[in-house]
Amino acid sequence: MHNKTLAELKIGLAKREFSSVELTRHFLDRIKSLDENYNSFISVTEDSALASARQADTNLSTGEASALCGLPIAHKDIFCTNGVRTSCGSRMLDNFVPPYNARIVDNFAAAGAVVLGKTNMDEFAMGSSNETSYYGPVKNPWHTDCVPGGSSGGSAAVIAARLAPAATATDTGGSIRQPAALCGITGLKPTYGRVSRWGMIAFASSLDQGGPMAHSAEDAAMLLNIMAGFDARDSTSAERKVPDYTATLNQDIAGLTVGIPSEYFDEGLNPATEQAVREALAELEKQGATLKDISLPHSHLSVPAYYVIAPAEASANLSRFDGARYGYRCKDPVDLHDMYMRSRAEGFGDEVKRRILVGAYCLSAGYYDAYYNKAMQVRRLIKNDFESAFNEVDIIAGPTCPNPAFEFGAKGDNPVAMYLEDIYTIAANLAGLPAMSLPCGFVDEKPVGLQLIGQYFEEARMLNIAHRYQLATDWHQQSPAGIQL
Amino acid sequence: MTWETVIGLEVHTQLATHTKIFSGASTEFGAEPNTQACAIDLAMPGTLPVLNEEALRMAVMFGLAVDADIGKISAFERKNYFYPDLPKGYQTTQLEKPIVLGGHLDIELADGTTKTIRIHHAHLEEDAGKSLHEDFHGMSGIDLNRAGTPLIEIVSEPDMSNSDEAVAFAKKLHAIVTSLEICDGIMAHGSMRFDVNVSVRHKGDELGIRTETKNLNSFRFMEKAIKKEVERQIDLIEDGGTVLQETRLYDGDTDTARSMRSKEEANDYRYFPCPDLLPIEIDQAYIDAVKASLPELPDARHQRFMEQYQLSSYDAGVLGDDAATAHYFETTTEQCGDAKLAANWVSGELAAKLNSEDMAIQQSPVSAEQLAALIKRISDKTVSNKMAREVFEVMWQGEGDPDSIIEARGLKQVSDSGAIEAMVDEVIENSSKQIDNYLNADEAKRPKMLGYFVGQIMKASKGQANPQQVNEILLNKLNALL
Repeated sequence: MHNKTLAELKIGLAKREFSSVELTRHFLDRIKSLDENYNSFISVTEDSALASARQADTNLSTGEASALCGLPIAHKDIFCTNGVRTSCGSRMLDNFVPPYNARIVDNFAAAGAVVLGKTNMDEFAMGSSNETSYYGPVKNPWHTDCVPGGSSGGSAAVIAARLAPAATATDTGGSIRQPAALCGITGLKPTYGRVSRWGMIAFASSLDQGGPMAHSAEDAAMLLNIMAGFDARDSTSAERKVPDYTATLNQDIAGLTVGIPSEYFDEGLNPATEQAVREALAELEKQGATLKDISLPHSHLSVPAYYVIAPAEASANLSRFDGARYGYRCKDPVDLHDMYMRSRAEGFGDEVKRRILVGAYCLSAGYYDAYYNKAMQVRRLIKNDFESAFNEVDIIAGPTCPNPAFEFGAKGDNPVAMYLEDIYTIAANLAGLPAMSLPCGFVDEKPVGLQLIGQYFEEARMLNIAHRYQLATDWHQQSPAGIQL
Repeated sequence: MTWETVIGLEVHTQLATHTKIFSGASTEFGAEPNTQACAIDLAMPGTLPVLNEEALRMAVMFGLAVDADIGKISAFERKNYFYPDLPKGYQTTQLEKPIVLGGHLDIELADGTTKTIRIHHAHLEEDAGKSLHEDFHGMSGIDLNRAGTPLIEIVSEPDMSNSDEAVAFAKKLHAIVTSLEICDGIMAHGSMRFDVNVSVRHKGDELGIRTETKNLNSFRFMEKAIKKEVERQIDLIEDGGTVLQETRLYDGDTDTARSMRSKEEANDYRYFPCPDLLPIEIDQAYIDAVKASLPELPDARHQRFMEQYQLSSYDAGVLGDDAATAHYFETTTEQCGDAKLAANWVSGELAAKLNSEDMAIQQSPVSAEQLAALIKRISDKTVSNKMAREVFEVMWQGEGDPDSIIEARGLKQVSDSGAIEAMVDEVIENSSKQIDNYLNADEAKRPKMLGYFVGQIMKASKGQANPQQVNEILLNKLNALL
């Protein structure tokens, strides 16, 4: 059962090949016996999962099944879940049990999904390797001595390791696409505003966007159908009709123009990764798409701009974690100052502190213009680059990351080297564009991701291209050694 | 050498919305601590702000009322600082793109001339909660009911040159925002709070160094704080010192002020645009619609009161500047039909009572309807003015309806001429000596001697006889004896 896609499992449930309780138990058993190898879950919600599964079986039998009825999923531990600890990978929120659900958590509940648990992540989504989690790093199911990517490393790993068929995730600078690439799965970051941020713990509000992770583009489309939509509680949510993303998956892609940005194939790109990506592009060409060389001239500025804007927003977003109302409070504070200082010093990890410091610095008097304002100007230039490009092409394609998964500790002492792992993913966040990663080959038995970047709100076209590619290839069906247990 | 004072005001005005500026929690005053703070007000993780459109509309109303420009695009920023009554660790406010730009209003000076005070801008922001330092055994309590209450901060130009002008400006603002019904104007609830920027200079010199005295919550305290600060600055300079740019706190109870922090200690608030709230775009159609819905403003009402009710300019000001007072006065007049009496009572007895108990007119235990009912009893001579004051006193204690008070306490004025006649006859009969004296007295002296008989009759009627009738009947009877 665990090698099936969500779409296949849905058919299985409908045909009564297995019940939701059987399916749920199967995944719970796998988590119990295997997750010690991957550390991909922070919390497993066995009892409530089985209760939902029983309810789903009833609904399936009476024909009241909603879209994802009885299908197991996992939520990234950044989404608030009523009554279930939501840690955001931080000691700061190790004791935090929200009394409310994130909007998308409600959506999945309404769709009848069964939530297996909450997945591990970089602390407050700050990291590209999952090494910053308070709960320890997630291990890449393909090579357990390698990182799974981050920050949604837990969500990517549970799918790769077949501990859940699908998961939610978030992407601020590549946190869905990079771990999807490194773990050989399919992940999609929607257009900014497409998925409600209500109840999603903020890292950098103008960049954060929730999205699905799954085995295939088809599954991602099913999940996005549930996640996308206007939410009056999120002022940045787009009041715009949501198409049925599964309806256009099979459309012919002949005649589409695919832009290949030269900046995404520069000297920083691993040659073996490049070869896998080029072969994927050739497959699109084979199906009738036209490849067109384009330029995104300000690409080299995306990492520096991002590492000003994201920390600046984070420095304010994380001020609420002060030990006063919820979350971690230091022992026996002597006064207010002491409570603030020690609660934050003890509750946050190093990477979070580094970004708060950088962000506060960039916003401080005398530096604001040189850093924050300049970064915002660059952001506009990057957006303009894409707008010009989309005058000529329907979609942009390239590598998701410059390299396949690296070993733990490989970049531990050098935050800048770590930040450069996001060099191809960050621009889509700065521009607010939808983007996805799908498996397109292997380098040293490690998965490689193909990135697609779409025009605003054209997730359907992106998913269509990805699905057509996956119909012709089987990279997304590969599984790590030892998974067939 | 002549000193000149330069004063600018920042006025925090709580908007009278039902719910908070970024959440659906109630803004009602006086609830149990933390019962009106929802997940958003508590800055729970993952919660997001949504702008209350009503707050925006009220800010636009204010802008239009003071002839300001409305920012076609206005934006919120985050002002970062740590304090327990600020749950997010930043205040959501406006800096670069405020909603109200410019504007001006006229104040009347003591000599009867008017002076125009310019407004620099007004911006929307959220109020903070309150830290409670008593009753917590050396610890502090936090009440977040007020957190997220919408404010407009109105920032004047430094156009005022003494405390009288500052108070006149503040009172005019109060009149405007209460007339617009965008603020309840209850100072005791902190609905309007003033920060005053004060500097002094020799006439003709450049602007002096200014200080900011924060959080003054009454006109009286503001006046005293300004006088105190002007005096301090002049003394300081005349003694060879220099004024430091600093933030000061004034304690109204002790009439003392102290430095809170100097410029060097000032926070770096690291303002930046709030990414959770998109910039607000306002089109001309919206502005026109708000403009069309503006209620009568204080200046127009002042004029109307003078014309419609034949009030003096002074009385029209007393009754018409504050919207709640104006409303009270007009309701009373409408119900009792006598504008002159209504004006006398609202600006006299009622105002004195409110003043002595430091209450706003909205808090008056005697409603306009009840006062009107009492005035009717004066008009129809059921009670005298003196008795009416007695009845009012009882009404103030919460006994309400004047008729039942008059009835229960037997305060009814006796206007029954038969009854009065009988009393007069009785007094004449029992005062033969005084009657003789009266009849034998000089005609010129007689009017003075009437007082004795009137007094006796009033005494006999326990003060309830209509004095006019007593006089009339007595005089007739005495004349008949001559």
